[in-house]
Amino acid sequence: MLAEHERLGATLTGFAGWRMPLRYTSETAEHQAVRQAAGLFDLSHMGEVIVTGPEAAAALDYALTGRLSAVAPGRARYTMMCAEDGGVLDDLVVYRTGDEDFMVVANAANTPTVVAELQGRASGFKAQVTDRTEDYALIAIQGPEAVGILAPLTDLDLGEVKYYAGYRGTVAGRPAFVARTGYTGEDGFELFTTPEDAGPVWAALTEAGASAGLVAAGLAARDTLRLEAGMPLYGNELGPDVTPYDAGLGRVVKFDKPDGFVGGQALAERAEAAPRRVLAGLTMASRRVPRHGYPVLAGPDQGQQAGTVTSGAPSPTLGVPIAMAYLTPDAADAAGAGELAVDIRGRAEPARLTELPFYRRSRA
Amino acid sequence: MSVPAELRYTAEHEWVALNGSTATVGITDFAAKALGDVVYVSLPAEGASVTAEDACGEVESTKSVSDLYSPVDGQVTEINSELDDDPGLVNSDPYGSGWMFKVQLSGSGNELPSGLLSSAEYEELTKDSD
Repeated sequence: MLAEHERLGATLTGFAGWRMPLRYTSETAEHQAVRQAAGLFDLSHMGEVIVTGPEAAAALDYALTGRLSAVAPGRARYTMMCAEDGGVLDDLVVYRTGDEDFMVVANAANTPTVVAELQGRASGFKAQVTDRTEDYALIAIQGPEAVGILAPLTDLDLGEVKYYAGYRGTVAGRPAFVARTGYTGEDGFELFTTPEDAGPVWAALTEAGASAGLVAAGLAARDTLRLEAGMPLYGNELGPDVTPYDAGLGRVVKFDKPDGFVGGQALAERAEAAPRRVLAGLTMASRRVPRHGYPVLAGPDQGQQAGTVTSGAPSPTLGVPIAMAYLTPDAADAAGAGELAVDIRGRAEPARLTELPFYRRSRA
Repeated sequence: MSVPAELRYTAEHEWVALNGSTATVGITDFAAKALGDVVYVSLPAEGASVTAEDACGEVESTKSVSDLYSPVDGQVTEINSELDDDPGLVNSDPYGSGWMFKVQLSGSGNELPSGLLSSAEYEELTKDSD
């Protein structure tokens, strides 16, 4: 795949030991293509961990915040792995591929942690945990045209593949696990293949999608797409010092599990307590861009720090810079008065509190 | 990557063209490609004094922000106001319509500082990181 990205003129970036395409031509054009037509992403750096065995479901119930035993085969669930103190170790998508088979998809940088933790947490269960990251390539096709481009190339009836569902089938004659998931705020699919089949699948999609406006898209576009969609990124909105409640994602924590789960006690306390901070959206009045780590200011003359920006970028869809930030509950509340600002390299730039997500696709 | 032979360069990826005693300044094709899509350029005010190797503005792209350095001493006589509406000119035409500001060189000379790089030197500087 690397040769193909280089042929396309990609700017590559080192990421968790992988060389991945950051952009091909213009990340703004790639972003717009995904919103209006379709984009093709190589996400092979993502980790794939297989959990299998008669107690695989019970092991995942114990290891993760979600109730994976309640997920039907063929369906997927967004969930998290937490430490004993409730801090997030990774956010995950778990696919149930059979009664006793699950595929856990982890962030590249966290995959070694996820593998080690899953192995440790599953040790009391009849379940086997295997890191299969090197055996899978992952191609995502995202955007309103994705379904129309993919449909003629697969033996699956995509009308039957609902959002957060995934099935084994073929794409361009190659075996693939086809899931209706993504990280862009658009309809789309993620295709897990062998590394050997990824090139031919990529080429077939590129050819089939050209007339519909499909373009290769890099990680830079993926980041602005997920930011507009209000989706958290591990390392920005999520981390070991953040609980799912801080991130406004308490819904991924399920307490109705017979044997409890790692982090459950700490999270039960967090669930009852007043929030320590609130993940909020900010829209900027000026064109200067708030970046990760910049202070958010509030109060008279914006004299006090009320939070910190976690992600920020110029929004191609909205035409202005946007950001997500952790704010004190007071600031997230009092900001109705419109007194927030972001300290952008020493200058306070006005910011307006904005409900997340910034962008929601219209569903036909 | 394009590095026009007639221009001079800084290690911070600005280019300079001299016409009489007026220097025109922009950022290189290499810099524009490394930054990605430029979304906002903050330029010094017309009439402002600039000092060689001092920051006098900033260039924002999708992924990052970089200081803009003046390669020369002097007074800003003109800024490219087109960039306000279309900062993408920095990507599409970095040595042409993506120029950033013009400086009337201070002192009597109409020569560029000797420390600036030739196109060959600049190419040498950037070839390993491209």
